[in-house]
Amino acid sequence: MPDLTPDAWTCPLPLRDYPHVVLGHGGGGRLSADLVEHLFLPAFRNAALAPLGDAAVLPPASGRLAFTTDSYVVRPLFFPGGCVGDLAVNGTVNDLAVSGATPLYLSAGFILEEGLPFADLGRIVTRMAAAARGAGVTVVCGDTKVVDRGHGDGCYITTAGVGVVPDGVNVGVHRAQPGDAVVVSGAVGNHGMAVLSVRAGLEFETQIASDSAPLSGLVAAMLAACPDLRAMRDPTRGGLAATLNEIATRSGVGIEIDETAVPVDDEVRAACDLLGLDPLLVANEGKLVAVVPPDSANRLLTVMRRHPLGTRAAVIGTITDQHPKVVVARTAVGGRRVVPIPLGEQLPRIC
Amino acid sequence: MRHLTEFRDGALARRLTSEIRAAVTRPWAVMEVCGGQTHSVIRHGIDQLLPPEVELVHGPGCPVCVTPVELIDKALAIAATPGVLFCSFGDMLRVPGTREDLFAVKGRGADVRVVYSPLDAVRLARQNPARQVVFFAVGFETTAPANAMAVHLAKRLALGNFSMLVSHVLVPPAIDAVMSSPANRVRAFLAAGHVCSVMGFHQYPPLAEKYRVPIVVTGFEPLDLLDGIRRAVLQLEAGTHAVENAYPRVVTFDGNRPAQAMLAEVFEETDRAWRGIGVIPRSGWRLRGEYRAFDAEERFAVGDIRSSESPRCRSGEVLRGTLKPHQCEAFGTTCTPRTPLGATMVSSEGACAAYFNYGRLVALGTECATCPT
Repeated sequence: MPDLTPDAWTCPLPLRDYPHVVLGHGGGGRLSADLVEHLFLPAFRNAALAPLGDAAVLPPASGRLAFTTDSYVVRPLFFPGGCVGDLAVNGTVNDLAVSGATPLYLSAGFILEEGLPFADLGRIVTRMAAAARGAGVTVVCGDTKVVDRGHGDGCYITTAGVGVVPDGVNVGVHRAQPGDAVVVSGAVGNHGMAVLSVRAGLEFETQIASDSAPLSGLVAAMLAACPDLRAMRDPTRGGLAATLNEIATRSGVGIEIDETAVPVDDEVRAACDLLGLDPLLVANEGKLVAVVPPDSANRLLTVMRRHPLGTRAAVIGTITDQHPKVVVARTAVGGRRVVPIPLGEQLPRIC
Repeated sequence: MRHLTEFRDGALARRLTSEIRAAVTRPWAVMEVCGGQTHSVIRHGIDQLLPPEVELVHGPGCPVCVTPVELIDKALAIAATPGVLFCSFGDMLRVPGTREDLFAVKGRGADVRVVYSPLDAVRLARQNPARQVVFFAVGFETTAPANAMAVHLAKRLALGNFSMLVSHVLVPPAIDAVMSSPANRVRAFLAAGHVCSVMGFHQYPPLAEKYRVPIVVTGFEPLDLLDGIRRAVLQLEAGTHAVENAYPRVVTFDGNRPAQAMLAEVFEETDRAWRGIGVIPRSGWRLRGEYRAFDAEERFAVGDIRSSESPRCRSGEVLRGTLKPHQCEAFGTTCTPRTPLGATMVSSEGACAAYFNYGRLVALGTECATCPT
């Protein structure tokens, strides 16, 4: 096992010819091979990747296959609590996990911008590998392309993921029913505010770190305790608001949440208020929303709170047959409001 | 989490509400001037806590909403000029001009950047000496000091490549315009707390006297707003028309003197067109004297742009307080945040957008609301 801590990572000799990514690293020749041999292989080392075939050949798996893909574009590449590398693993792992699947394999496609420092790429790949080990998945195939300087934001990563859904597990955002409880696994808004806090032009001093984490372990514990879980979703872009609206729309039900029950860290709330943003609309990368029959809610909460990623799990609301397809929040002062579907990015207000 | 949760306390909110209920004997229309207050009212559901007699009327205090379409068109033209780096606050990007918005111009290749402070635009000008950097200076008295500071700094640094497209507007002339309108129903004002943090509230006693209207300087948190409304209602019921400060933790009578000095150095009063309302005399600021050299309207030839509003948009009536957003026939049908006819549907502070996003329950009748889609 190579030492994969970022500080210990050093470019083996052939890569030291260039301290930065050059176009040739995507050309399929010697430079490309160097990159694979000295960076990707040691980091992701596994039996399926080792033969470096045109495709990974994998053993048969029992259960239904779950298959997903996502592209990761984040600026800056490194932010408090993570980087594009762990995001690319955790995001895809989480999409599999909330579908009820046990994540198994990932592919990784890199689009690198000419001039990206190798030290940065090394840190990204190292953190990716660490995230994969943490999530119990292996990166079994990949690809690298290099684009001209100015044609990319340093490093884009696309991952696809395969997992298996065990027999008896059947979750879907269309399955919420009136009376069900809506549970969130922890405080929302941290990832989006962590990235904003280091974005050029907006640097503000804060302790907020991204919540980027693989949810597969938490989901496994949840499914073991509550096989009757109806729906799960990870509230990434668009935040909790987008996820709740999606569940309401796809299930044809209303959702009523208690705004004060939604866990939000003080720092996140303060930063959101300062910028005129709504924490319910800010992205998360290590949280999930679950819908569960009412008599299973307490059992689910107990199990979730025992898991390190679910210590602040809370029931935030209920599914209702009132106002179908509309999400309504009860506010701290006792008013009610519609929780909107975000249109696009939230735009910081003038004053 | 002091200063946040303590001003959102449910029990205190109920106490203030019951004081309002106990005091009110007849219908009153109270205008919250500032768009930030409108946003807070709707976001926290404060309007639903009030007795039916107290009607909140949303005022013209949303800078995005009242920036005239001509100026948006000028911004679009300047942003599309080759070599220009156009800087704006985020929520101006989606405001429709005659044909399109800044997002569309950006999509076609213009360099439009969202900044969080006008000083960031000055920094960009220093970093890009070969390019013209333009900052879209929009806002009320609240944002004006930082914008004044930016021009002041640019002048001191002799930055020949920095300029500002200025559309500053002022609150007291707007209150005057609302009160002198024949269709006016407003009987009391919640003055915008953040504007007053800069300007103080010494401008208000003459207005209160002239129109015999109570004016309460009010903050933005739920308890601030409820306290402002409570004081306004108590005055209305008592028949008084004093200027009160319900936001003393931020606002003083004199305001921020150094900021006012900077404003006086850089800006002078001018007549300004308000989108949907029309020209209000001496209701805005423009660059004065030698700061004119930093006026983007003079630097770029954008004088002959033809602008026109959607004839179906009734945002002027909304901004004057004579029409509620959901009473407009286009609301939620042909006019949505995705397809806005006017700016009030775009800005997060705009009354129409606030109603659309947060208030659909109110607009549709609370308990049996269904999604329009």
